[in-house]
Amino acid sequence: MIGFIIRRILVVIPTLLGVSIIIFLMLAITPGDPAELLLGERATKDSLEAMREYLGLQKPLYIQYWLFLKRVAKFDLGETIWTRQKVSREIMERFPATIELAVFAMMISSFLGIILGMISATKQYSWFDYSSMIGSLIGVSMPVFWLGLVFMLLFSLTLGWFPMSGRMGVDVDLDTITNFYIIDAILTRNWAALKDALMHLVLPAMALSTIPLAIVARMTRSSMLEVLRQDYIKTARAKGLSETKIVLKHALRNGLIPVVTVVGLQFGILLGGAILTETVFAWPGVGKWLYEGVVKRDYMVIQGGTLVVATIFVMVNLIVDILYSIINPRISVK
Amino acid sequence: MMIRKVGILICIFTLLVTGSSLAQTPKKGGTLVFGRGGDSVGLDPAYETDGNSFMICDNVYEALVFYKDESTALEPGLATSWEVSPDGLTYTFKLRKGVKFHDGTPFNADSVVFSHGRMMKERKIKFFGKGWDIPKQERPPEYWVSMEMDNTIDSIEAKDEYTVVYKLKRVEAPFLANMGMDFADIISPTAFVKDPGGFVRNPVGTGPFKFVKWIKDDRIILEAFKDYWGKARGPYLDRVIFRAIPENSVRFLELKAGNIHICQFPNAADIPLAKKDPKLQVFTQPGMNIGYLGFNHKKEPWKSNLNLRKAFAHAIHRKAIVDNIYQGMGEVAKNCIPPTMWGYNKDVPGYQYDVELAKKLLAEAGFPEGKGLSEITLWSMPVARPYNPEGLKVGVAMIGDLGKIGIKARVVSYEWGTYLKRQREQPEDMDLFQLGWTGDNGDPDNFFAVLFDGLASPAVRTQWHNENYHKLMLDGKQTVDQAKRSDIYKKAQQLMYDEVPVIPIAHSIVMWPGLKKVQNFKLHPTGSVYLGSVWLQ
Repeated sequence: MIGFIIRRILVVIPTLLGVSIIIFLMLAITPGDPAELLLGERATKDSLEAMREYLGLQKPLYIQYWLFLKRVAKFDLGETIWTRQKVSREIMERFPATIELAVFAMMISSFLGIILGMISATKQYSWFDYSSMIGSLIGVSMPVFWLGLVFMLLFSLTLGWFPMSGRMGVDVDLDTITNFYIIDAILTRNWAALKDALMHLVLPAMALSTIPLAIVARMTRSSMLEVLRQDYIKTARAKGLSETKIVLKHALRNGLIPVVTVVGLQFGILLGGAILTETVFAWPGVGKWLYEGVVKRDYMVIQGGTLVVATIFVMVNLIVDILYSIINPRISVK
Repeated sequence: MMIRKVGILICIFTLLVTGSSLAQTPKKGGTLVFGRGGDSVGLDPAYETDGNSFMICDNVYEALVFYKDESTALEPGLATSWEVSPDGLTYTFKLRKGVKFHDGTPFNADSVVFSHGRMMKERKIKFFGKGWDIPKQERPPEYWVSMEMDNTIDSIEAKDEYTVVYKLKRVEAPFLANMGMDFADIISPTAFVKDPGGFVRNPVGTGPFKFVKWIKDDRIILEAFKDYWGKARGPYLDRVIFRAIPENSVRFLELKAGNIHICQFPNAADIPLAKKDPKLQVFTQPGMNIGYLGFNHKKEPWKSNLNLRKAFAHAIHRKAIVDNIYQGMGEVAKNCIPPTMWGYNKDVPGYQYDVELAKKLLAEAGFPEGKGLSEITLWSMPVARPYNPEGLKVGVAMIGDLGKIGIKARVVSYEWGTYLKRQREQPEDMDLFQLGWTGDNGDPDNFFAVLFDGLASPAVRTQWHNENYHKLMLDGKQTVDQAKRSDIYKKAQQLMYDEVPVIPIAHSIVMWPGLKKVQNFKLHPTGSVYLGSVWLQ
């Protein structure tokens, strides 16, 4: 087991190297000059030259890449072009927001998705099955942007149940330690802030959870249907076990294996930042930051950000693989 | 009877006057939440280039001279008075006494020398007291460089504790106006030297508000500075929170819900809604900008065919563009500076939309009904700019207009950085281009010389080469008297009208909705957002 984990972690290195090379080459062939974008209409010849030199844009590409690798080897992601701050610091300021949102969205989507999928599978071709599967189809195809605005109009402006946007109300003060607001509020026993942070999470987490919810529900349904047709389930029924016991104890465990993969992948995707949700809900996460980095051609942001996101994605997949063996001991990690 | 009537009238008048002044007495206290489209990039005025950063600087720092409310006329700021030597090469500023930085250190001549001296390429500076070792310049100070301050300033010297002398290399009339810009803000040298790298996120100035906290991409919190020198000016608010809400419609919804007090850059479609809403008001200010259509003056037929350029000017229906694409948030431009600026020549007639005249001029230009002219390219901006909300739509509208006189054209666009870069090179594949400008300091030179005097520098984006115009621009820079300068720029506008180096399209109008209870908030032509005199009802 430990050997497996170490091997997997070692595989991460060439993967990330590949990612960084691809990103670097993509940046090199896409048009756009960060110096021009920084200075805009008012760029003069002098100011452009000074800026290009400062940014090191005159150096050949392979030198730029080599410098980047050298920094990364020292766990230094450099400084961003626009904000002139450490990339690592900029990420650390935003990742907690993204993780908090992703965890909540995944909690909603896995919990509801698995329940919906399970019921649909046991009551195949019933009205419940049809409506939940149509609902999930709509969920997959619903633009988050539009959905977010509808949520705001309904739950915030009209009903006044939840705050509209942002991560915390302007009248709430919280001493941040970890930048995870929920954890910080608990650590500092600031219950008002905890409530406020949770309330702010509801709408964006709901909007973000629709697509993974639909995917998880459909996956659970088809996987459960397959399991429920197997011989050992028939045996269990013949033994006279109750249907609830059969589904929950015997079918669910096997049926969940592909679902865990899907949940893991979806979670990994959400951790990369949800650009649209973050933009609509003014959520200060890593997705919007990366997106803006691309728009502004801030290659330090793009390189550093993608490297970190890729690392996390690979790690989440590793955890999923380990989870397999826990759910089903017959699958051994080799 | 008559006396009684007069008496009653006087009573009513007195009541009205006292009543209105009572209503206008600023109320202290409260928190104002300002909703804006993005976060600040940094908070060191020397290195910033974007409005969202300057917006914070406007409230935390101050400069030697201030722009007056809603105008770019100058008034004393951290300097109480100034003198210009007869040859125009020496500026002596007398500084305000009793001003403190937010960190408690005193504001004096040395802090001015430090703040400006740190941006100089060759630091010819002299402190009056002990002074400081200025850390090496990490990065080029963009505005200092692009306003050509190194070519203007020779040396800066603190003569005594409250006197600073600037010696210039050349006569530069806009110098004083430059001193009011954000890049020329005075910072606390003590705070800077303590942590040069961290200053960009922990700003310390003399302004009405001091910096408290910055949560990236979320909010910046400022609070009233208790020891502010200009108590008569404010600040009235206890706290100001700048919230970043990137999506325009969400920002407007937050305003409607009363969660923010002012909503920056709403969607044009939301303005009529705001006007109808009894809880809201709309702050309006003509923007100090110009959106124009340029010709590639490096290339024929544009370079020497005046009738052709005139034909285009009359063919384009600019009012339709302003009505439909600017959606009323703009006005058709006659000249290349906005009418609110000094030196504006209102006697210039402007190009009328006249298809028949355009056709006639086109025939006189040697291209009757567009014959002999192959398909032309019209470069259009891919991004919204303050002077043009939708370059691509404007481009399409222009092509339609040109089609009516027989000209075939197509829209060309590039990613913004590439657009700016290639446009500067005036490439062969560019015939017409859209571009524009937002003024920095309210000086006409900052439009006319920077944008159109191609003989001054190959970096000028329009590359129009006209000897007379070039002479006028040099005169304008080297004349200190404003009335005389005004005449010079009026002549320049007439010359531009006659020669059509570009077609001025529109000046945008800035409209920001806010809650009714926000009092005394004034939009400024330079785009600065000053909240020192704002109060809440």
